[in-house]
Amino acid sequence: MASYTISVNGNSLAVDSRDPDQPLLYVLRNSLGLTGAKFGCGLGQCGACTVIVDGEATRSCQMPVAAAVGRKITTIEGLGAPDKPHPVQAAFIAEQAAQCGYCTNGMVMTSTALLARNGKPTLGEAKEALAGNLCRCGTHQRILRAVMRVAGRVAP
Amino acid sequence: MTALLSRRTLIKSGGAMIVGLSLSGRGLAQVLPAAEAALGKTVDAGELDGFFAVHENNSVTLFCGKVDLGQGLRIAIRQMAAEELGIGVDRIAMVEGDTALTPDQGATAGSSGIMRGGVQIRQAAATAREALIRLAAERLGQPAEALEAVNGEVRPKAGGKGVGYGALIGNKRFGLKLDAKAPLKDPGTYVVVGKPLPRPDVPEKVTGHHTYVHDLKVPGMLHGRILRPPSIGAKIIEVDEASIRNIPGAQVVRLNDFLGVVAEEEWDAVQAARTLKARWSESATLIGHDGVRDWMRAGPFMADEGLTKKGDAGASLAGAAQRVSGTYYWPLHTHGSMGPSCAVADVRDGKATIWSASQATHRLRLTLAKILTLQPENVRVIYLDGAGCYGMNGHDDASADAALLSKALSRPVRVQWMREDEHGWDPKGPPQLLALEAALGADGRIAAWRTEMWIPKATAGLPNIPLLGPAEAGIAQVQGISTGLISQNAGPMSYNVPNVEVVVHWLKDSPLRPSNIRAPGKIANCFAVEGFVDELAAAAKRDPVEFRLDGLSDPRGIEVLKRTAALLGWKPRPSPGPGGLGRGIAYVHYKNNETYVAIGMEAEVDRASGAIRVHRIACAHDCGLVINPDALRQQIEGNILQTLSRTLFEEVTFDRARVTSVDWASYPILTFPDVPAVLIEVIDRPREPPLGAGEAATTPVPAALANAIFDATGARLRNVPFTPERMKQALARGAA
Repeated sequence: MASYTISVNGNSLAVDSRDPDQPLLYVLRNSLGLTGAKFGCGLGQCGACTVIVDGEATRSCQMPVAAAVGRKITTIEGLGAPDKPHPVQAAFIAEQAAQCGYCTNGMVMTSTALLARNGKPTLGEAKEALAGNLCRCGTHQRILRAVMRVAGRVAP
Repeated sequence: MTALLSRRTLIKSGGAMIVGLSLSGRGLAQVLPAAEAALGKTVDAGELDGFFAVHENNSVTLFCGKVDLGQGLRIAIRQMAAEELGIGVDRIAMVEGDTALTPDQGATAGSSGIMRGGVQIRQAAATAREALIRLAAERLGQPAEALEAVNGEVRPKAGGKGVGYGALIGNKRFGLKLDAKAPLKDPGTYVVVGKPLPRPDVPEKVTGHHTYVHDLKVPGMLHGRILRPPSIGAKIIEVDEASIRNIPGAQVVRLNDFLGVVAEEEWDAVQAARTLKARWSESATLIGHDGVRDWMRAGPFMADEGLTKKGDAGASLAGAAQRVSGTYYWPLHTHGSMGPSCAVADVRDGKATIWSASQATHRLRLTLAKILTLQPENVRVIYLDGAGCYGMNGHDDASADAALLSKALSRPVRVQWMREDEHGWDPKGPPQLLALEAALGADGRIAAWRTEMWIPKATAGLPNIPLLGPAEAGIAQVQGISTGLISQNAGPMSYNVPNVEVVVHWLKDSPLRPSNIRAPGKIANCFAVEGFVDELAAAAKRDPVEFRLDGLSDPRGIEVLKRTAALLGWKPRPSPGPGGLGRGIAYVHYKNNETYVAIGMEAEVDRASGAIRVHRIACAHDCGLVINPDALRQQIEGNILQTLSRTLFEEVTFDRARVTSVDWASYPILTFPDVPAVLIEVIDRPREPPLGAGEAATTPVPAALANAIFDATGARLRNVPFTPERMKQALARGAA
């Protein structure tokens, strides 16, 4: 059983993993109790497991724990809490941009990464950034409105 | 916290929920109301105590048999209760779908959450309010008529000191039957119902703090994965348990052809499932998706049935000068839940607790009791949110999987399906085939109409659809298929057609295990009927909106149609139009007696690639009394976009052995770049009963799009999905 020191939400944490290829997602959810990131497909196709790694929206189901060492990882729990939400989370709340909410983690994390590198995305840029994040309930419009709200643009 | 929130409780820790002997300081609205102290309470839906408990601190717990699958009844039903009870929604905690605590209000299905579940709870709340006023009348020495229930207290209408609900009955039982005659408040006085109150679960969902069944951890829990057969119906020949001996703690559980693995660590369970060597028999019993249409025409059939007979459609069609016909096909669909199905089961010492995202926990309890050979009273099913399911997806199967593993090992087991399990094995929306024929009269109206359809027949009285795990394990279940009420809305019932015949050829089976999926059957039926109405309007060279209005007599139907047309700035003219951007419209009176919806769409087609681009979608929606207009709009948005996805992209593919669309690459759905603008107008009718909104707005979507495409191109699409390939073929055929 090897130990890996990873940086999650500003904390340096040692986690054990028998398999260096264990995806970061399982480590976050099971070893660290950070269950905000969700298992959706395990194939990098849906985005439910998205975390921010060194500023990039990253599929945690595709990143081996060994590859996460030395990277700066932010999970949705690291952004804010229900009583103190991050501005992107606050915009999602204001727009009520969740139905079942299973994809929401990926929507929030991908939007946060987008807005960090481009504070004023157009609607088209937001759609493009979120193109790899799937939602089955049909909450797309509200998610886009939340991103436009943070960008200070007129909602679609 | 109230006495209901006891020491042995459900608490949250670091985003995961852990069952343990501890307390949490979270607020009433956030915490899953811990329930053990309430165990033993009645779950009788005829008893007021079945639904409500009033606590000494003036808070209330509402025990709701319906569950929030993402559709927002977690706020809407609270609003209905708060309004009648005279207390703020923030003072009401809600327990959902716990068979030990909540009455059986039926499955959360068929758009019944508000219109049946909420209405029943509203009546219970009115009963409670009247009881509280009677208690206060005694306490205050005033006549009941002089008192009112407001903000959690009963007080004299004329002013003066009131008495809180907690002081009146806190922590004591009402001991009353539900009073069907308890007066309801005048909608003109509503202060909570009709307000766009935010949903209580959204802040937790967008911060990663909401507890899904996938996030539940119980002490001593193992992680399980199931190895479904490589082909449907295959049998195990041999399992090489030694093949996973390098994975620490991994164990095989085999019950006949039910094969699972467990491990202490989830990743080890995943690896064990991938590594385990098993030999299976071959099986090739399926039709294959390309063969479904022919198979539906050929049978075998259960029966033929006439659903509607009005006038003499046969004679009228035979003698008609202008006849039109068209055949419409709807393929199999998956629920496509974003999260693979999951459940946690603890089956030990003759008792079972199963945490499940089932839409029908009471029904599942009876099913699991049979599977586990336990008495139902020793089985408890507790609802926790799953990924949105839109009908019965794999959650019930995963519950049975977890229960079988837990029983075999006498330890709690969490089972989560993998993506290929969900796409491959969730019960599917069944295929539908409709052949339509109609005659136009000399007046340009529909003179006669005949619908002939081929659909699988649901097995009468089937308690639950046969679940995978028990079937593989050889545990007896009632066999049969379940599809929901898929024959509704298959005729032109709204349009005053004098001669109508609707007949159905009931198929004995379905190509893959079916279940109810959102608006069962009615999306395909409305696709056919409203697409065909458009074909008739075009044959009559009449404007599609005017053609429909000419036949409609229900003023609520007329209003949604007119408002939708107005939202798109509709100018009357026949279809097809001049090319470029096309517009189409479709209408439904859901189940012929529920919600009214019209949907209009603007779309264009790239003739070279066959790509369809939807620009704007408009919807006017009348579901009677609106409980929460924002939650309602969200349901309408979701109905529209999900069905746009089903129409444009989706078809379950399968060969002779297995489903082959087992991920999001082989079963694509709508993505953000495809999302059009959606304009919604909600019509509130406070004096009308509240109707369902979880399904109705799905149904006109495919026809509205097909009609817009016809308007743009003159080509008619009658097969879903509207792939670029199909579009190009239709364009090559030219105007239909």
